[in-house]
Amino acid sequence: MSAMTESLATTPEFTEVERAVINRLQTGLPLVHSPYAAVADELGVAEEEVLNTLQDLLDRNILRRFGPMFHAGEMGGGLTLAAMRVPQQDFDRITAKVNAFEEVAHNYRREHELNMWFVLATEAPDDIARVIAAIESATGYRVYNMPKEEEFHVHLHFPV
Amino acid sequence: MSISTSRSDQSYVLCALDRKLILATQGGLPLATDPWGALGEQLGLPADEVLARFQRMQNAGVIRRVAAVPDHYRLGYRFNGMTVWDVRDDAITDMGLQVGELPFVSHCYRRPRHLPNWTYNLFAMVHGISREEVEDKASQIHDLLGDTCEGHTILYSSAILKKTGLRLRKS
Repeated sequence: MSAMTESLATTPEFTEVERAVINRLQTGLPLVHSPYAAVADELGVAEEEVLNTLQDLLDRNILRRFGPMFHAGEMGGGLTLAAMRVPQQDFDRITAKVNAFEEVAHNYRREHELNMWFVLATEAPDDIARVIAAIESATGYRVYNMPKEEEFHVHLHFPV
Repeated sequence: MSISTSRSDQSYVLCALDRKLILATQGGLPLATDPWGALGEQLGLPADEVLARFQRMQNAGVIRRVAAVPDHYRLGYRFNGMTVWDVRDDAITDMGLQVGELPFVSHCYRRPRHLPNWTYNLFAMVHGISREEVEDKASQIHDLLGDTCEGHTILYSSAILKKTGLRLRKS
């Protein structure tokens, strides 16, 4: 993990408490009464300091969000990853068309022949096919549907 | 450790109150000494019931966890590489579990090929502060896959076009 340690030189400066809060709260709040106090005890700081630090990291957009992370598949909805091959000169126009679908939760441009990759989340599993067909007809490009067939691991954690 | 296979066969059915709790916290959990009580006040539920419902949804996997979601770019992880691998079908489950256990792999899934255009069936997401770091991690995956892998590539993200996260609609 030496590359990871070296990376810290180029990351924004965090105070010790900020670092502790970022690292600890990525792994999940304990579901107990007074959960922030429980975290504060673990970290050896006051509960108020945890709450203030958390609010400040959110205000500065270092944290995008603090709350429950939902598993759309387990909520009975549809979820898939899809990709498109979009010519450079048409990219902005197609981005606007794809993003206009509220079922598009994330959309990334990637450096590959398949250069647009988005996650579709729908309330009912059957809606995925309908939304893909609608995107194809709105854009005129083929959508490659790549739903997960097996999940081996999901755990996003960025130590700082 | 969070190795799991899909559990869609035993999907948890959200009741109306669970949905209300999800809608009330999509923007975030209240930052207060008693967040469960604060939510309960909004929804007319006792704090204990709010907490119990969160525990139940987390146990059922509807909620992965209640956690901070960082902007990884702002933490210094500027390179996000979706590494994709063409792994022999008879080895994919075993190799997927092993790749998923690598500490630097944040997501790992098997997905369908689309022949002849798309030959890759194993996706492993890797983040780093440089391309070299992502490539170094990809080569560790390559070593692990050995001769079960017939080809791979890395798709770097060059722009976030949209990021609203997973949301329930209010309707």
